[in-house]
Amino acid sequence: MEILIYGTINSVALALYALGFALVYGISRLPNFAHGALYVLSGFIAWSALNTLKLNYLLSVVIAMAVTALIGAVIYRVFLIRVRGMEISEIIASYAIGLAILEGLRWGGFKGMTYTLPPFIEGSTAIAGISVDYQRLVVIVIGAALVAILWLFTHYTRIGLALRGMAQDERAALMLGIDSDIMAVVAMGIGSMLAAFAAILLLPLGNIVVESGYNVLILAIAVCIVGGLGSWIGAVLAAFLIGFAQILTVVYVGAHFQMVVALLAIILTLILKPSGLFGQQKELEERV
Amino acid sequence: MSAGGERRRERIDRGIKVRTAGIYALMSWREMAYLVAPRVLLIGGLLLLPLILPGMYWKRVISIVCIYALLALTFDFLAHYVGLVSLGGAFFVGVGGYLSAILNTKLGLSPLICVPTAALAGGAVCTLLLLPCLPLRGVYFAIVTLMYPLFMARVIEALDILGGTDGIMGIDSFPSQWAEDYFVIIAVLLFLFGLRRLVNTDLGLVLRAVKDNDQAVKASAMSITHYKVLAVFIASVIGCMAGACLVHIYMWAGISTFALDFSVLPIAATVIGGSGTLVGPLIGCLILVPVSELLRDFGTLRIVFYSLILLAFITFRSEGLMIYGQRKYHQVERWRAI
Repeated sequence: MEILIYGTINSVALALYALGFALVYGISRLPNFAHGALYVLSGFIAWSALNTLKLNYLLSVVIAMAVTALIGAVIYRVFLIRVRGMEISEIIASYAIGLAILEGLRWGGFKGMTYTLPPFIEGSTAIAGISVDYQRLVVIVIGAALVAILWLFTHYTRIGLALRGMAQDERAALMLGIDSDIMAVVAMGIGSMLAAFAAILLLPLGNIVVESGYNVLILAIAVCIVGGLGSWIGAVLAAFLIGFAQILTVVYVGAHFQMVVALLAIILTLILKPSGLFGQQKELEERV
Repeated sequence: MSAGGERRRERIDRGIKVRTAGIYALMSWREMAYLVAPRVLLIGGLLLLPLILPGMYWKRVISIVCIYALLALTFDFLAHYVGLVSLGGAFFVGVGGYLSAILNTKLGLSPLICVPTAALAGGAVCTLLLLPCLPLRGVYFAIVTLMYPLFMARVIEALDILGGTDGIMGIDSFPSQWAEDYFVIIAVLLFLFGLRRLVNTDLGLVLRAVKDNDQAVKASAMSITHYKVLAVFIASVIGCMAGACLVHIYMWAGISTFALDFSVLPIAATVIGGSGTLVGPLIGCLILVPVSELLRDFGTLRIVFYSLILLAFITFRSEGLMIYGQRKYHQVERWRAI
């Protein structure tokens, strides 16, 4: 039972990490290696708004999300758009941005003290004899709601449909009057906002530390690769797969191996089935 | 194009460049000097550096420069001549470093024997471990190689083997600072000119074909995997050698040999120096590493600094210094009225 509850929570957390990454990759084929950095950055912005500017909680959350979305869009518009299509340059450039943000925060932002965000609701409850704090339940509920909202957004709004059109066939989308550059900026903005959203939901469960930026990136990549890059449903299912695998290793093998599971999942998936479990990528294109 | 619309800039090869292109044209000292000067400048400059630079500290920096140069060389070779973009330079460093550390502490061999042995053995180990992901291309190979060093570090941490988080201590250093400097400098020069030769041989031609059009290689009844294995082995020997030297310089092997620094800085150096030139990475290291040493007091700010340089170069000046320099050396530019 404990495994079931904490496995579900962990899986939802992984799905939240990965959604933004999957969205950006799915739409503009950009492996956004700055994803983890944006995650930590938004936590830092929320913390600063809350503690330095003394704003109320809701307002600082909104500010953090908006500012992170803006930063993501600006990063794309200024830097990444210039290397669009050159996969390796995209990886190196976005990774350099992520590194600069994270190490910059380590140098100028987080020093000495521990930084925490307050949870939405304090306290805990017991489910089947196991105590679970409310924040974790909130994570599950909002995580599920978010997936639903994203699905509705991409199926029933103009921008959402335009984004999907671009993901499916960029040239056809261009012919129908969808500006792929603007859409890519929008996608990056939404992706960054999702990273911020994940940060605000999940950071209250622990401290804000710079290292989590790297871990979030690895976990997001793991989920997306196992699920198949570009496939959202795959990403959600893979989040559950890796989430439960992680919790099982923690329970039966040891907490040290938690990250090993994610890394092993990436390596094995890439070696055995590079298109991922539910990938729509043409397998032959990636493999010789 | 700041000038008005009625002019264009044209680039023309210098006469001397055209004349020196064929070996039969080497008839005057001037033409020979034109060919030899850049190479002599590089070799002589590198060999003289330990003599010119004052103090132990800067001599140490020179060896670190050379170690990063070796790594950058492997990155450039794999990425631009074989088409395998490896973001996991740290993997080679770690494997080579740990192997050399074990050879040295367990068997008591001298560093001058340990390093080449660890390089060869490490090359074999790395090639073997990378073998399953060789069919991958592009982003996929890049991601999987990025994960390898992280994975190794976590495994060592989790299993608490090879000294766990403390690492292996008590490793012998090189006999003297001079031995250390010249060992790595000569290694860099040998591998640099060796690789430059290699990529122009028939083998190099096939490797480039693997990068540009692997189907054509297949159609010529050649095994792509065979050539990729060969290239990865060459690269990992060089990378492991860098790692082995590093371990003997710091007299310590630990998880930090798998650190991201060894993956990122060589890439930055390659991009800055000029991708695909093989000399460029060395030049990039000669610039980046000392600057990063000067910024050591600022802690992690230096990582910010070189990732920003990397970002600026890759987005705005992706040709790099070396290609720019080559253009200026070989060609004249002038504005012409149309």
